[in-house]
Amino acid sequence: MTQKHTVKAYDDDLKRLGTMVVQMGGMAESQFAAAIEALVKRDSDKASTVVQGDAKVDVLRNQLDEFAIDLLALRQPMALDLRVIVSALRISSELERIGDYAKNVAKRSLVLNQSPVVRPVSAVPRMASLVQAMFKDTLDAYISHDAAKAEAVLLRDEEVDDMYNSLFRELLTYMMEDPRSITACTHLLFIAKNIERIGDHTTNIAELIVYAVRGQIPKDERPKGENADIAVLDK
Amino acid sequence: MQNGYSTSNAPVKMSARKVDVFYGDKQALKGIDLDVPARSVTALIGPSGCGKSTFLRSLNRMNDTVRGCRVQGEIKLDTLDVYDNSVDVVQLRARVGMVFQKPNPFPKSIYENVAYGPRIHGLAESREELDAIVEKSLKQAGLWKEVGDRLAEGGTGLSGGQQQRLCIARALAVSPEVILMDEPCSALDPIATAHIEELIDELREEYTIVIVTHSMQQAARVSQRTAFFHLGILVETGDTKTIFTNPSDERTQGYITGRFG
Repeated sequence: MTQKHTVKAYDDDLKRLGTMVVQMGGMAESQFAAAIEALVKRDSDKASTVVQGDAKVDVLRNQLDEFAIDLLALRQPMALDLRVIVSALRISSELERIGDYAKNVAKRSLVLNQSPVVRPVSAVPRMASLVQAMFKDTLDAYISHDAAKAEAVLLRDEEVDDMYNSLFRELLTYMMEDPRSITACTHLLFIAKNIERIGDHTTNIAELIVYAVRGQIPKDERPKGENADIAVLDK
Repeated sequence: MQNGYSTSNAPVKMSARKVDVFYGDKQALKGIDLDVPARSVTALIGPSGCGKSTFLRSLNRMNDTVRGCRVQGEIKLDTLDVYDNSVDVVQLRARVGMVFQKPNPFPKSIYENVAYGPRIHGLAESREELDAIVEKSLKQAGLWKEVGDRLAEGGTGLSGGQQQRLCIARALAVSPEVILMDEPCSALDPIATAHIEELIDELREEYTIVIVTHSMQQAARVSQRTAFFHLGILVETGDTKTIFTNPSDERTQGYITGRFG
């Protein structure tokens, strides 16, 4: 809504809240990118920086939540304003989780750097760049209040799931071939799972954007990939 | 524009169809279609001068007393055509009671304030019956505990919130079916307001309530249906929850989020 509030400070507050979400999103985005880079380049210094950097995301998260709660208490928002504030609160916790997963990727890459290179490490960055593209579009959709763009992101999660599933099978094969690679492959598997989870949290954010703009959570009818790790366990 | 027909399954207690109200040459309401569901609270909101009080007052013909006021269209209470020539306005207002913005007790005792209505309508045959009506009404209005032992004292000596509950007890004493409230809390402090809101919530089990309020939070707290008026038209009506989380009309959104009005 382009119309301004009668009370100008309210507009300023909402703008500030939006800026905090974008700032936190940017932070999570660069943490994630740095974690993947550290993994690919076997750069332990970079990985350590990511591990330490997560605290900053958490600090911003707390500031954002506090500010959103202040707005709820002091402005008693309604309709669009209410949805924007509530979704900001929820997006902040999704971003915080994404930050945690990035940190975990970095931690595991520190361990991986102490063992020889595992072959499918190349599939991991491919999967990561897919999730990074989804994440970028989601942030763009947030900035431009673009529900259609956010909805488009929802459809792309299936591809991530598929990639994760094929990676899962591939890694199992390696472990069977060469038991010495089990430690490294397991870490890689968890890294892939973390990336897949970041994709899930990204789609949650995309859903919240659709909710904030349109007032309705999108119906859960998007395609879901099969769950390879569970399917294998069943056999 | 969404029309004002009730979408729920609740029976309709009062209905307005194509209601126009004029004050002299000036048209205050244009083509209002609105259903008031039985045993629930319907809130009328909108900026000053939007016609919400005019609409409220047309429901029990309080506008008849305003010089130059004309009402066109149809307003029904159950099957009764409210503006039919044969309608006894005094009887109508016993069925459709009203509580005003400022508490206005009669300058009489607490007892007499409540007993006045049932007495002139001949609702009690004996002193005992009248006593029982007064007690029941004061209890329903949540005032009995505070004044039960001093019914002979003047009604105007009570606090503002108590006076307003006395006025509600007075309205209840004639066993109305519908209670119209015109900003009943605007002269009260937050605690007294909370008492009235709690009371409204209890009363809706038995009565149909229509409330005009300037406080959006109050409308959200007490009502099940909300109707938004603007410049003499009914812009949007719907479940209160929907109106305050996801209204369909830009004007409703603008008003309830504090962007105009």
